[in-house]
Order: sequence, then C-alpha cells, then structure tokens
Amino acid sequence: MKLTLKIWRQKGPEAPGKFVSYPVDNVNPEMSMLECLDVLNESLIERGEEPVAFEHDCREGICGSCGFMISGIAHGPQAATTVCQLTMRHFKDGDELVLEPWRSRPFPFVKDLVVDRRAFDRIVQAGGYISVSTGNAPDGNAIPVGKEEADRAMDAAACIGCGACVAACPNGSAALFTGAKIAHLGILPQGQPERDRRAVRMVAQMNAEGFGSCTNIGECTGVCPKEIPLEVIARMNRDYLRGIWKERHQLVTTIAPVTDWDLVTK
Amino acid sequence: MSATAVTVQENRAPNFWQSTNGKKAVMAVTGVVLFLFVLGHMLGNLQIYDGAARLNAYGRFLKNTGELLWIVRFVLLTCVGLHILASVQLWARNRRARPVGYSHKKSVNSSYADRTMYWSGPIVLAFIIFHLLEFTAGVIHPESRFIDGDVYHNVVAGFRVWWVSAWYIFSMILLGFHLRHGLWSMFQSVGLNHPRHTPVLQRAAFWIALLITLGYISIPVSVLAGWVR
Repeated sequence: MKLTLKIWRQKGPEAPGKFVSYPVDNVNPEMSMLECLDVLNESLIERGEEPVAFEHDCREGICGSCGFMISGIAHGPQAATTVCQLTMRHFKDGDELVLEPWRSRPFPFVKDLVVDRRAFDRIVQAGGYISVSTGNAPDGNAIPVGKEEADRAMDAAACIGCGACVAACPNGSAALFTGAKIAHLGILPQGQPERDRRAVRMVAQMNAEGFGSCTNIGECTGVCPKEIPLEVIARMNRDYLRGIWKERHQLVTTIAPVTDWDLVTK
Repeated sequence: MSATAVTVQENRAPNFWQSTNGKKAVMAVTGVVLFLFVLGHMLGNLQIYDGAARLNAYGRFLKNTGELLWIVRFVLLTCVGLHILASVQLWARNRRARPVGYSHKKSVNSSYADRTMYWSGPIVLAFIIFHLLEFTAGVIHPESRFIDGDVYHNVVAGFRVWWVSAWYIFSMILLGFHLRHGLWSMFQSVGLNHPRHTPVLQRAAFWIALLITLGYISIPVSVLAGWVR
C-alpha cells in the first residue's frame, strides 16, 4: 500500500521546524508504524538525507519509549496501542498521516519526533517508590494482598510513562501519569507507610514541572495505550488532600526542572 | 554538559493554593455552593406558576431576612470570586503548558460540555451581571418600568422583550452544559471516584443539569407564549 507521511522535521530546539511530506510506496500492511518509519529512513539514508528521529526500544508496547501524534491522536487511531504495536493495516491505501511530536512545555523538544520526558522521571524520583530495609529478601507472601487490590494496583502499574496523556490533554496535564504512579503503590499494603508523603511530594514535583491542571475530561485515558482509568486521578487528589493536611509539618521541596538540552544548544 | 545541568537545585514545593490540585479542590467546593444556589433559585422562581401574590410574597420574605441576606450574599460572592480566580489562574497556566500547539488535534473521549467549560463559565458570568442589573438593581429594564417589590410584574414585563428571553435561554443552556460537566467533575477533584457510583453520578449530572435548565427556561417560554401574563 501507498501512504503519505507528513512529518514534523526540526533539527533541534532552537532550529525552525516544518512539516515535510514523504510518499512511502512499499508499505506492507503487516508493518508497525515504527517499521514504516524504518523503511522511510532507509530510503532517506540512501538518498543522503537526514533520517527521521524517533524514540523506540522494546517495540512490543511495554517500554514507553515510543509515541507521537498521528493525525491528531496520540499513538494513532487504534485504542490501547502504542505506535510500535500499531500495524499499518489500520490505515487505508492512499492515506496521509500527520506525524507530530508531543507538544508540552515540560517536555522540551529534542529533534523531529523526539521530546525530553525526564519531567516524568523527576516526578517518580519525588516519591514513586517504597522504602525497604536491606538485608535478606523478605519471604514471599509475608504480606497478604487481596486479589482485587492486586488487580487494581496492577491496572495502575501498567503505566509505561510514554507521555501520551500529557500530549492528548488540552491543558497539558500530567494528572493521569502521576495518578497512576501514586495509585499503584498507594493501593498496596507495602505502600501505606509513605502514602501521604508520596502523594504530596509527587504532586508538588508535577506542579513544579509546569504541567497544566486536570479538568476531568478524559482525553488522557482515551489515548492511553495501557487504558489507565480516570479513577487514579481521583485517588491522587484524595491522597494529596489528605497528605497535605497530615504532612503539614513537613517542608516539602521539589527539584528544579533542568534540561541539558537547553545547554547543549547554547 | 555544564555543571549546572547535573547539580540538583531544590525549591520549596508549591503550597495548596499554588498547586493545580488545590485550586481544583477549591473550585469543586465553591462549585457545590453555587450549584445549591442555582437549584434553590430555580425552585424559588417556579413559584411564578402559583401567581403574582405567591411570588411577590416570596420576594418580600427573601428581602426581609435582614443580616442573613447579606451573609448569604457574602458567601455566594466569595464562592464566585474564588471559583473565577482559580479558573483564570489555571487557564493561564494551561496555556503556558503548551506554548506550541498541534497542527492536527482530535478529541477522542471528551464531550462537548467537557471541552467548553472555559466558554460556558465566562458567558454565564456575563449573564449573571446582566441578570442582577435587570432583576435585582432594576437598572437595565428595557421597554417597561422596574417596580421594586413587584417581582411578578418585573419578570413578566422583562421576558416580553424577545432578546431578553433569548439571552436568558441561551445562558441557561450554557449553564446546563457547565453543570453537566461540573456536577460530576467536582467529585473527581476532591478525590471521590468509585467504579460503581461514578457512572451513576455521570448520568445523574446529565439529568440534573437538564432539569435545572428546563426549569429556568420554562419561565421565559411561558411568558413569550402568553401562558404567564
């Protein structure tokens, strides 16, 4: 099949960017979106042009590296699918696909379809962990976890941190990501001792990064490749409201969002 | 890479009001108060169908509550102020969060009411100001004389002007949209979500918003149709 890929090309954060249309004639319907870009890049390299930069790693939908907008929808039109798992048979012969990077101030632009998502790392750093004593590994099943709790925690833990929620949100909010991280530990017994602190610190970092506010409209969960439910956002709000009162004696700090991409170009 | 890129600089965390979550919680709580007012006001207005004596007596009763009236007005104004302040600040912040927009953007999961909160809100505010000037202060009262205390006359004479009614109906439809999203969103903002209750709440929000809108709209429609004269 033949497709036209209209791709955002931009050499770097300070360079001017524009859309460039590339006709791709030999698209196999069984290819993934990323394999389609591989094919395009092969031909670009052969012609001596700069290949399209995009992030990828596992190519089986679980690492969270890949992701860009396809004709206005994060990760493309197929629900619960990352771009690496999106096969070209979902498009029609002759379609024009518009590929654009995530657009968000807390995700500084790097190149073509690549943005810097370390804001997410800093949110997790702020409290997305449980503290355990070192020493011998604890016995398995020493802390019983109910099946339903385990399922709900697992649903939240399915978040791969790809950033599609931020990209799809008209407000550029990271509520679904932060909510998923707060919920997946906060539901489990192991997460209880640090539950209040975790919510306060992670929410603080999320706000310090400059993400927008959640207006509960659900665009994020609609594009989420792991179908994280909107419920995690309510959980974040609940734990935050409880935490900010119970932890009011604590001085909470956030890490200043530093991106060396800015420095590289200067 | 310079040293500044790896040195962690710590800042004081945003406090409750500085955080987006805190502002949304304030919007939710003030939203509850404003919803209760909208509901009560509609039920009061519907007394127009019981005749002029009943409605005017109700108006006198409200005016004669003395200090209580000012306490209620103060609470309502505070809620309106906080609701607007938070939403304006969040709107500005959300604009900053995406300095470069998309060339293509499709909505996949949200409703029209969800996406137009930043439109329905300011328009309803403009309406409220007009509404207070017309029916409380009596400053704007086109094509008839405002009679202080004769609520029934003021309403009927006011709504006989077609554009007053049209503006009222339009604003009430937007209020309905605003409530349709706000009524369930406020629960989410203060952290209440339940796999069984939330879908019920979302349906209830639709029906409550519809009933409130119809309740309000019925009055100008009845005046224009000549059922209330």
